[in-house]
Amino acid sequence: MATVETRDIRKLFGDVKAVDGVDLLVKEGEFLVFLGPSGCGKTTLLRMIAGLETQTSGDILIGGQVVNDLPPRARKIAMVFQSYALYPHMTVYRNIAFPLKAQGFPGDQIPQKVEWAASTFGIGKLLHRKPRELSGGERQRVALARAVVREPSVFLLDEPLSNLDAKLRTSARDELQQFQRRIGTTTIYVTHDQVEAMGLGDRIAVMSGGKVRQLGSPQEVYNEPADTFVAGFLGSPPMNLFERDDYIAGFRPETFLPVGLHDTSEPLVTLWAKIHRVEHLGADRLLYGTMRDTFPNEKVIINIPFTVEMQITPGEVYEFAVKEKDIKFFDRSTGLRTEPRRFWEKRS
Amino acid sequence: MTKHTQSLADNERWLGRVMIAPAIVYIVALVGFPFFLALFYSVSNITVGSTETSFIGLENFRHLLHNRTFLRALRNTFVFAFVSQALVLVLAKTLALSLLKDFRGKWVVRLLILLPWVAPISLGSIGWLWILDSVYSVINWTGRALGIFGPATWPIWLGQPTLAMASIITVHVWRLLPLATVILLGGLTSIPQDIHDAAAVDGAGFWRHNFQITIPLVLPIMLVAMLFGVVFAFTDMIVIYVLTRGGPYDTTQVLASLAFFTGIDGGDLAAGAAIALFLFPVLAVSAILMLRLARRTEVT
Repeated sequence: MATVETRDIRKLFGDVKAVDGVDLLVKEGEFLVFLGPSGCGKTTLLRMIAGLETQTSGDILIGGQVVNDLPPRARKIAMVFQSYALYPHMTVYRNIAFPLKAQGFPGDQIPQKVEWAASTFGIGKLLHRKPRELSGGERQRVALARAVVREPSVFLLDEPLSNLDAKLRTSARDELQQFQRRIGTTTIYVTHDQVEAMGLGDRIAVMSGGKVRQLGSPQEVYNEPADTFVAGFLGSPPMNLFERDDYIAGFRPETFLPVGLHDTSEPLVTLWAKIHRVEHLGADRLLYGTMRDTFPNEKVIINIPFTVEMQITPGEVYEFAVKEKDIKFFDRSTGLRTEPRRFWEKRS
Repeated sequence: MTKHTQSLADNERWLGRVMIAPAIVYIVALVGFPFFLALFYSVSNITVGSTETSFIGLENFRHLLHNRTFLRALRNTFVFAFVSQALVLVLAKTLALSLLKDFRGKWVVRLLILLPWVAPISLGSIGWLWILDSVYSVINWTGRALGIFGPATWPIWLGQPTLAMASIITVHVWRLLPLATVILLGGLTSIPQDIHDAAAVDGAGFWRHNFQITIPLVLPIMLVAMLFGVVFAFTDMIVIYVLTRGGPYDTTQVLASLAFFTGIDGGDLAAGAAIALFLFPVLAVSAILMLRLARRTEVT
């Protein structure tokens, strides 16, 4: 186990700033997720930590030691790639044994270690097969077993679930988290999938344009977004944002409910909206509409759980309400969070 | 479009036959016919000037096995083929690996490496003829100027049997290297970067990475390149023809050149055909291996 730290780390590809001054501290045993759209620099950052890419400037520390000049093999890390990168000409056994042999592990102990790693992921019966004879899920387990077998101090996972089908992904996510909790190895996980990030991470680093826009627990980044990018990237559908004067106000689609449905003593803000279209998504009902009065003609998406049986007819205007504390404010020029602007008081 | 061509273009059965016909004509006329002719010649006593020939069985072959020049050529053929292939393989792998890396002026280096392949071989060989000349050899004069060759040292590159063989192998390697490098480069670039990254993270150093990851993964394509090279070395004689003409005293003859000098220059068509056919079993085995390998790489 070890901490991982990056200090003002940068990576330029020609004129492109792939990673632009990232300061991070991953705590011991923590599960940290780099979340962002493709091209945001998350994979480059991970590859720099692995030593597969050299940073243009800045320091990387693993276990408190600067590893800038150490090759990947000397960093005591293990990495799982999106493609799994299994050695196609080797059997599963030899794939898993490879890192042990490469690191000069005593030969007589290798079979035992391989068996242990394979049984951890339930692939003990596949040891004599070649990667091409395995299914996607099995390959992913082999990749994990190969990473685990040498008991690294840091795990680096680059979108390891993105090649699995949706059903398998959910169960693999669950297993991955249980496994990480059990062995307690510091883990950095790269993904563009917010559901994975929210479900797996102790903390999430939301990245965009080579910078970390927000670092916090899943609840923090979801409920208290640091800027409009985070607010818009997380959540499906994302936060409704309305521009007005010098600020942007926003609230989550699921916090904006028909006024009668709030049974709370907390202060509410009521707003009118005209509904144009209703989408039934099983567990949720999505209402697409436009706002009236305060944010005239701005588009809005409302998410109502299917348990609410209220009749909503497209073309009608309804009164909705959101808790005051659920409305977030951002500076219009910088996009950063600002203090509440209480626009509803001016109106009355 | 006329009605006739339209119906031909639409008729897949006939279109296929028509399109493959030129290839079949070519193979029958330039490969099949000469091959059977050679088979016939090798069991006859035909010469360039003879008007009538008779069947003499395997007499030509029996005679060859007692001919010292032939035995020397047979040995040379194997030395030539295997030494040059081994050198090509090692050098091409090294070159391909270094060309994989990005560096300034990479395209110039690539161009220079490809040059021997695109330049006409006779032109290149004449260049080598000058480099290896007994009087003007640039190697010798440079060696002397640098003090590497003493006053008594003056190698005659094409005139001393061992040196002549070494020279021929060198030129052949120089000539085959570009193609082998390009083939290997293709094989190397087809390995996903993730595999290399995984090996680096897994702790493989240079040698382990090379011998346990890279080489096994390019092995199928490498074997195809090697078999191609072996067949080429067995059947080609142009380097020998230009540089030594098989000399000194037939010490650099290979079967291809000996067949040519005996059958065409010497006029003994029967003996020439027998010499040329001596290669046939080796080449047939190579061709079968090549086809099987190509099949295997297709399947996996």
